[in-house]
Amino acid sequence: MSLIAITDVRKSFGQNEVLKGIDIDVERGEVIAIIGKSGSGKSTLLRCINGLETIDAGSIAVGRAQLLPGEAALRALRLKVGMIFQQFNLFPHLTAGRNVMLSQMVVKKTPKVQAEAVARKMLERVGLAEKFDAYPDELSGGQQQRVAIARALAMEPMALLCDEITSALDPELVSEVLAVVKELVAEGMTLLMVTHEMRFARDVCSRVVFMHQGRVHEIGPPEHVFANPKTPELRQFLGV
Amino acid sequence: MGQFTFFDILRNLLIATQWTVILSLVSFVGGGIVGGLVLFARISQSGWLRNLARGYIELLQGTPLLMQLFLAFFGLALFGVAVPAWLAAGLALILWTAAFLGEIWRGCVEAVPRGQWEASSSLGMGYLQQMRYVILPQALRVAIPPTVGFSVQVVKGTALTSIIGFIELTRAGTVVTNATYQPFLVYGLVALIYFCLCWPLSKASQVLERKLNVAHSHH
Ligand SMILES: Nc1ncnc2c1ncn2[C@@H]1O[C@H](COP(=O)(O)OP(=O)(O)OP(=O)(O)O)[C@@H](O)[C@H]1O
Ligand SMILES: [Mg+2]
Repeated sequence: MSLIAITDVRKSFGQNEVLKGIDIDVERGEVIAIIGKSGSGKSTLLRCINGLETIDAGSIAVGRAQLLPGEAALRALRLKVGMIFQQFNLFPHLTAGRNVMLSQMVVKKTPKVQAEAVARKMLERVGLAEKFDAYPDELSGGQQQRVAIARALAMEPMALLCDEITSALDPELVSEVLAVVKELVAEGMTLLMVTHEMRFARDVCSRVVFMHQGRVHEIGPPEHVFANPKTPELRQFLGV
Repeated sequence: MGQFTFFDILRNLLIATQWTVILSLVSFVGGGIVGGLVLFARISQSGWLRNLARGYIELLQGTPLLMQLFLAFFGLALFGVAVPAWLAAGLALILWTAAFLGEIWRGCVEAVPRGQWEASSSLGMGYLQQMRYVILPQALRVAIPPTVGFSVQVVKGTALTSIIGFIELTRAGTVVTNATYQPFLVYGLVALIYFCLCWPLSKASQVLERKLNVAHSHH
């Protein structure tokens, strides 16, 4: 059974049908890059998987949790997938350590001592052990994004959704974040990432999804998708 | 009535000032508590609660405070409830303050970026948890300067209660004027006392605003 099963998912904003029947099955440990033009529905798809948007038709299942309406079902789903955002979205009033501790304590009711131990471990994992007491505005963008990754990891998700997580960073900070992602991949984390880093996608992904006008236009291993695009749209997108 | 010395006048006014201060505090604290309820109704997920709160805010912001005082004082009397002036004054000012504070605070909650809601939902937090641990702490920082600033309006608002006969600073000014026939002196002193109450508050609001802007998120 696949870890994430996305079946015929449709989503409209008013008259604008943004997802027009998406089917993707993600196996455990897979790393999927989602590429495509602006407005093709990449973010919307990730947001649907996380339950930040409701879907109009189709189904999304993560592990055994279905995306059903209702707060309880949504939470069950969210506990299984973490999400990293382009704008980091750290809680600015809390230190890095507290950012990582909060949801453990509030959502999982983890005792404080244990939550703190996990937070230290997670921050160490992203190379920021010494920033436990720093506030987000004292950190560089790359460091903030790594704290955001640590925060998501602390909830022990089965998969991570990453929406252009390096797009808001200065070029010299991109690689430190990608290095952390690479490590997660090496540890076997399941990842779905919207990205413009084509080289990174080629190097680490097991499959690439090219989205076009709300549909999966091409899907396949990176060597096929990048070296041998079948459709004119993908060829144009890749500039070949 | 020449036996009124300057200090008699001042003493009488200062005694009445106590009531202005007490009424201001009661209105502000009571209005803050009711305003908190208005805020939660205004941003709740239930449509009818939101509309109820919006109606309440629009009604109280869209009518003069004086009319609200009249309605509390004379209106309740119509139903056979004899309301003393202090009660009508306190009630009307609390409800009036609540409407304004509720609306100010709603703006502060909505100023918290959407990404904060999304990040906290994606971590599995429920609405109340998000509010309690993520949104309100951030909204609170933003809310402090305008809230302190609004307290000036409350102090000045208490002057209107003189019209329904509550004896506070303005009312005392009228009484003393009638006794001394020195309106310019008396009302000048009244104005000065109001200024001494209000100026520190508006100054504090400005200082807090600058501080919170500089220190942005510290802490
Ligand atoms: N909350 C919303 N309300 C209305 N329309 C929306 C909303 N979110 C997205 N859309 C629309 O859905 C379409 C797809 O948006 P989406 O953000 O998924 O694209 P994207 O592929 O992530 O693009 P980008 O590369 O620019 O991030 C766009 O036309 C966008 O305007
Ligand atoms: Mg996007």
